[in-house]
Amino acid sequence: MATIMTDPLASRPKLVINARRTTESSEDLAKRKSIIEAEGLSLSYGESRALKDITMAMRERVVTAFIGPSGCGKSTLLRCFNRMNDLIDGITIRGRVWVDGQEVFGPDMDVIELRKKVGMVFQKSNPFPKSIYENIAYGLRVAGIKDKRVLDESVETSLRGAALWDEAKDRLQESALGLSGGQQQRLCIARAIAIKPEIILMDEPASALDPIATGKIEDLILDLKKEFTIVIVTHNMQQAARISDYTAFFYLGELIEYDLTTKIFTNPAKKQTEDYVTGRFG
Amino acid sequence: MPRSPKSAFNRTFSQGEHLIWLTGSALAVCLLMIAGLLFIVVINGAGYFWPHTLTEANVKDSGKILGVVTHTENFRKFNPTNSQIQTLARSQFKVGNRDVGGVDFKWIEHPDLSDRRQPADAVALEREEYGDFFGYLRAINEDGREVATGEAAWKRLLEEQPRAREIAKRRLHIQKVDIGEVNHAIQQANLDIKRAQRRFDPGAERDAAIAKARATIETRHKEFERLRAQANELQAAGQRFVAALVTADGKEKEIPLAQIVRAYQPNAMSTSAKLGHYAAKVWEFVAGEPRESNTEGGIFPAIFGTVVMTLLMSIAVVPFGVLAAFYLREYAKQGFFVRCVRIAVNNLAGVPSIVFGVFGLGFFVYFVGGTIDRLFYPELLPTPTYGTGGILWASLTLALLTVPVVIVATEESIAAVPRGAKEGSLALGASKFQTLCRIVLPASLPGILTGLILAMARGAGEVAPLMITGVVKLAPNLAVDGQFPFFHFDRKFMHLGFHIYDVGFQSPNVEAAKPMVFTTTLLLLFVVVALNLTAIVIRDKIRKKYRTGAFA
Repeated sequence: MATIMTDPLASRPKLVINARRTTESSEDLAKRKSIIEAEGLSLSYGESRALKDITMAMRERVVTAFIGPSGCGKSTLLRCFNRMNDLIDGITIRGRVWVDGQEVFGPDMDVIELRKKVGMVFQKSNPFPKSIYENIAYGLRVAGIKDKRVLDESVETSLRGAALWDEAKDRLQESALGLSGGQQQRLCIARAIAIKPEIILMDEPASALDPIATGKIEDLILDLKKEFTIVIVTHNMQQAARISDYTAFFYLGELIEYDLTTKIFTNPAKKQTEDYVTGRFG
Repeated sequence: MPRSPKSAFNRTFSQGEHLIWLTGSALAVCLLMIAGLLFIVVINGAGYFWPHTLTEANVKDSGKILGVVTHTENFRKFNPTNSQIQTLARSQFKVGNRDVGGVDFKWIEHPDLSDRRQPADAVALEREEYGDFFGYLRAINEDGREVATGEAAWKRLLEEQPRAREIAKRRLHIQKVDIGEVNHAIQQANLDIKRAQRRFDPGAERDAAIAKARATIETRHKEFERLRAQANELQAAGQRFVAALVTADGKEKEIPLAQIVRAYQPNAMSTSAKLGHYAAKVWEFVAGEPRESNTEGGIFPAIFGTVVMTLLMSIAVVPFGVLAAFYLREYAKQGFFVRCVRIAVNNLAGVPSIVFGVFGLGFFVYFVGGTIDRLFYPELLPTPTYGTGGILWASLTLALLTVPVVIVATEESIAAVPRGAKEGSLALGASKFQTLCRIVLPASLPGILTGLILAMARGAGEVAPLMITGVVKLAPNLAVDGQFPFFHFDRKFMHLGFHIYDVGFQSPNVEAAKPMVFTTTLLLLFVVVALNLTAIVIRDKIRKKYRTGAFA
């Protein structure tokens, strides 16, 4: 497969856009139906406004990347899609969000069902202090599945899906905390796909990893996109350029520009976007 | 920028070296205090069981004295002949023989003492009543006839004493256990009659029930008579051999062998024999029943009571405290009210323990216990069953006393569970309840156990609230025994902490009981440490299992 690229944090090389994807024409992508839609979404923590009037739609089975400087609200937006923001006190949300046609903040939304449909991978890998097997079976177990055969099968397919099977198959009963950082993050991805979501949200999944582990995660994302819709928050523009089909650029809680990745990185419409992707600020 | 010149003192001060010294010495003082505490307790308590040498001496104007020298000190005495204060030495003798001489201890001034010696044939006897006897064995009598004297008498005593003791034990067993059982059955049958009278209307059914109970009483009465005859027989058998003894000042005393718990000649004992004696005494202390209003014998019921009470308390306090903490931390809306509750809980930990005792008496004993009695044991009234102090109420009172510790420790450990773990679980479609059960609870278990350890340490050492909720001086019937239904949580119980107070300050013979205070303290420390160590071992096991280091 693809070779590992230069260290993304080293001096910026020429951007390689969509280098490792099967080329899909922009017409193809545009035909996909949208699965996540936000309309006039605003969010504030107490007094401070984190998101301002966001309206956008994300298409099915594509990778959408959120880029922007720290504190621009991209993680906050991501967490709106599976209502992880519910855990935070003193939050006010205005506007509407639909996932798969259902209104996320609507009165009859079952949060648990929503989260089964919208998986999430966090910035810091957070395996449970349990065995590798139990980590992956967790989502199924809380859903009430006890059949050992079903669990076994799911563990294997999920680990294979997360490209971790070969490394982990002989140590399924060992603690997940014994895995390396990159392996732990792939375990978290395996855990997320075990419950067969439609969408996977990734909040800077590779930011704490070394380039080799990052490369593996990126390969994995490109693989997963065949089955899942992926929304990824990243600080790393090269990563966004390498793996995403669409890119959204946020600045101070506002959506500045949202378009095909190729366009954002080669011919952005806004000056701010151009400044950011070329490294003139941020 | 050039550095301003500083004196050496200033430099040291700014580097913080003084702080190292300060903190180090604070720690040293703490360690010294703990070591000192242990040292004092061990020094005073450990020697109690050693067979001490018996010293005989002549005393001016009052003949001979025989006993153990327990103390020697200087004191100042006014001399009336030359109107001067002089410093004199005096010794305290434990002379025993309370039934002969009246006092256990005597102070003798050294000028009055002469000719100290350690006679090899001096005998020390531990008895069931009246404490130790020190003196000389003259003869052994069988049924009033003299059968051995001198050296032979001692041999005969060593031969016969265990047998006589065996008989005495059997008699005691019959009196306590067998007759106790019969009495219990008769009591139950009497209650059956009462119950039948309450429950059934007059008629055949009622008569049948009453007749059945009467028949039981009849047979049990016969059994009782038989057992009493047996006990009397054994009593007589125990009186067969009698030791004829002489005290140091020549008074005669006859003691039936069955009443002698242990006989030894301390001055003739080798070191290994003394060690054996010591070990036997320690075992008796730990495993035996108390004698002579707790100043002699063992304290097993007190150890047992302490452990059972502490365990009951733990069983009550952990679920209660953990649930409360989970609600406070995870479900309650953080705000003014929750802050008030937290402050109240923390203040609860500072309330004097006797206040909890009074609450326990009013709420658990009178209200809850009284209600239980009225609802479930009406035929026993006015004799209370649960409406009086008992081990259950004492444990619950202590649980209340220690619940703030558990709540605070649990809250801290819940707060320490990494956010990532909770979010990870929720993101997988787990409900809040599932997340709490499967992720938060296991991760906070070590912290909860820390709370339990602190609670146990506090609870096991608490005495004041127990004194009004169920602790008594003597309760040979344990809370758990072979009698149906095996757990008798309504029973009163003994407690090491109260035992220390009782032996040290409430016993008729405080001087003799002093060493016992320290030994019991030592044992209480052991019990607390043992309970805590168990919890610590469990905690470490759990900690290893649910290590959450990866989130840190």
